[in-house]
Amino acid sequence: MAGMTLTEKIIAGHSGNGRVSPGMTVWVTADLLMTHDVCGPGTIGILKKEIGEHARVWDPDRVVIIPDHFIFTGDADARRNLDTLRGFVKEQGIRHFYDAGTDRYSGVCHVTLAERGHLRPGEILFGTDSHTCTAGALGLFATGIGNTDAAFVMATGKLWLRVPETMRFVLEGTARPRVTAKDIVLSLIGGMGVDGAAYRTMEFCGPVIDRMGIAERMTLCNMTVEAGAKSGIIAADGTTQAFLKGRGVAASVAVGGDPDARYHSERRVDVTALKPQVACPHSPDNVRDAEECRGIKVDRCYIGSCTGGKIEDFVMACEILDGRRVAVETCCVPATAQVARELQTRTVGGRTLGAILTAAGATIGPPSCAACLGGPPDTFGRLNRGEVCISTTNRNFPGRMGAPDSKVFLASPYTVAASAVEGRITDPGRFSG
Amino acid sequence: MEQAITARVYVLGDDVDTDQIIPARHLAISLDDAAERARYGGLALSGVPLEKAGLPGGNRPFSDTISSRSPYAIIVAGKNFGCGSSREHAPVALAEAGLRAVVARSYARIFYRNAIDGGYFPPLESEEDLTGWFATGDEAVLDLGAAALRNITKNRECALREPGAAGEIIRAGGLFEYARGRGLVEKRR
Repeated sequence: MAGMTLTEKIIAGHSGNGRVSPGMTVWVTADLLMTHDVCGPGTIGILKKEIGEHARVWDPDRVVIIPDHFIFTGDADARRNLDTLRGFVKEQGIRHFYDAGTDRYSGVCHVTLAERGHLRPGEILFGTDSHTCTAGALGLFATGIGNTDAAFVMATGKLWLRVPETMRFVLEGTARPRVTAKDIVLSLIGGMGVDGAAYRTMEFCGPVIDRMGIAERMTLCNMTVEAGAKSGIIAADGTTQAFLKGRGVAASVAVGGDPDARYHSERRVDVTALKPQVACPHSPDNVRDAEECRGIKVDRCYIGSCTGGKIEDFVMACEILDGRRVAVETCCVPATAQVARELQTRTVGGRTLGAILTAAGATIGPPSCAACLGGPPDTFGRLNRGEVCISTTNRNFPGRMGAPDSKVFLASPYTVAASAVEGRITDPGRFSG
Repeated sequence: MEQAITARVYVLGDDVDTDQIIPARHLAISLDDAAERARYGGLALSGVPLEKAGLPGGNRPFSDTISSRSPYAIIVAGKNFGCGSSREHAPVALAEAGLRAVVARSYARIFYRNAIDGGYFPPLESEEDLTGWFATGDEAVLDLGAAALRNITKNRECALREPGAAGEIIRAGGLFEYARGRGLVEKRR
């Protein structure tokens, strides 16, 4: 009998089954449920409707509420939704609440979960956001769910799952300078299509992963949902343990797949020849080499989101922007308050990232999801007038960042920064170190 | 769940994502207040580019913005319907417009779960791509018992896939009802 993959082992361990295999439908216990301001209120509404006004969450310490979507807006409905979360947190005695307008406010939920030590390898995280799969970078089974499923988890601590097949990607070789995890994942999505991993999990391993830091692993896992995957995952290793230790999370038992595990497929991907990638409008799988898009004029550059708004993303952008000026409006949105603070302390070439961005003529907005998903019309960086934008975010479906006639190109922080300097899509390779 | 649905069909292509089903700027509207929730019906599919809104010709809005209801109760779509975000506002908006079923070649998994677990409408899978077999406005009968969709206008019948394990939740009317029937959550008071 074949062994189990990492994902199958995590699900088996949470389902009371000694072993599970792909296609089985099982009930699992959740370790953590995350929700935010866009889906939290609806989730709470379903919990109360289905269980009653007296409903209690199964474990208030396993519920994390992170407002991040519509924070810096005058939209009255958005403010009401924040009040709904506040009332629920108080009523239920939930401790892990990063409330807007307070010192606790953090910003983008997926980056917050990692930063604030909520994630542990081998655990199961459900979140009311499709990019919950980001947490797979720390060795969790983490997946996005809707309001009804989240309300069910709140009520019972359980959820049904169909055990996904695992697609294994062994990343080999050495990426060229200015080629990042974003380029790797865009290239994979371009090859597979936006449903190429539908219902499956994408597991990454190999020497490229062994050398990759947590931030870049998060970028890789974050965009697995753009290939339709249920989750993305990387087995915890020394890099993971060091990251966790830095956030006060006790070292956990190492979990990995069995040597005789059975995979849906195993693909060896040599990243050595990979060039900077761009996903063209209007789909994340419409991927080309950046140099093929060279010369396309842009009106806006955007650096931010769970995908491309981490401190490491701004370090990359600043390696290009240091000593240069942007030619078009460039909006920077640090994912979290901690990233915003670090912009003032982290340096490239002896200057802080904040100083570099400001000197380059970029604008820095407050931490949140901001224009990644458009949002209310007064959202910082939103494409309100049919602009062409190159962005470090994750989706470029029609109207994703605002106006229906806007166009979004997705790329790495290097490529976005290089394009900002030129005012046209630019392969960052020409800005060598 | 009804056994047969006779309705006019609305046709969409591949990879219709949740931003097209319900653009993000509307997501702060309450899902719990009945009057606000009804507004989602008028916004359903408002992000679909005009040339793709109601194939093959396009330019046919799905719902009436005044009544917030749609004259189409069945959607026929291509592959990967509902890809993108986890927003349950997407199936809610379609259901509020009066939608009673989607027949697509395939679904993105979160949308599929949301439609089933929320008990909004059955997301059914066709054995082959049906978008070329239907034009927006065609009349069709969806026979859930026989797992078939018949185009009355064009007199053609197409087979649908059995939903498998999720079928039990569809028949129960959603995850909470399914779980109540098995004693997994308490009975509604």
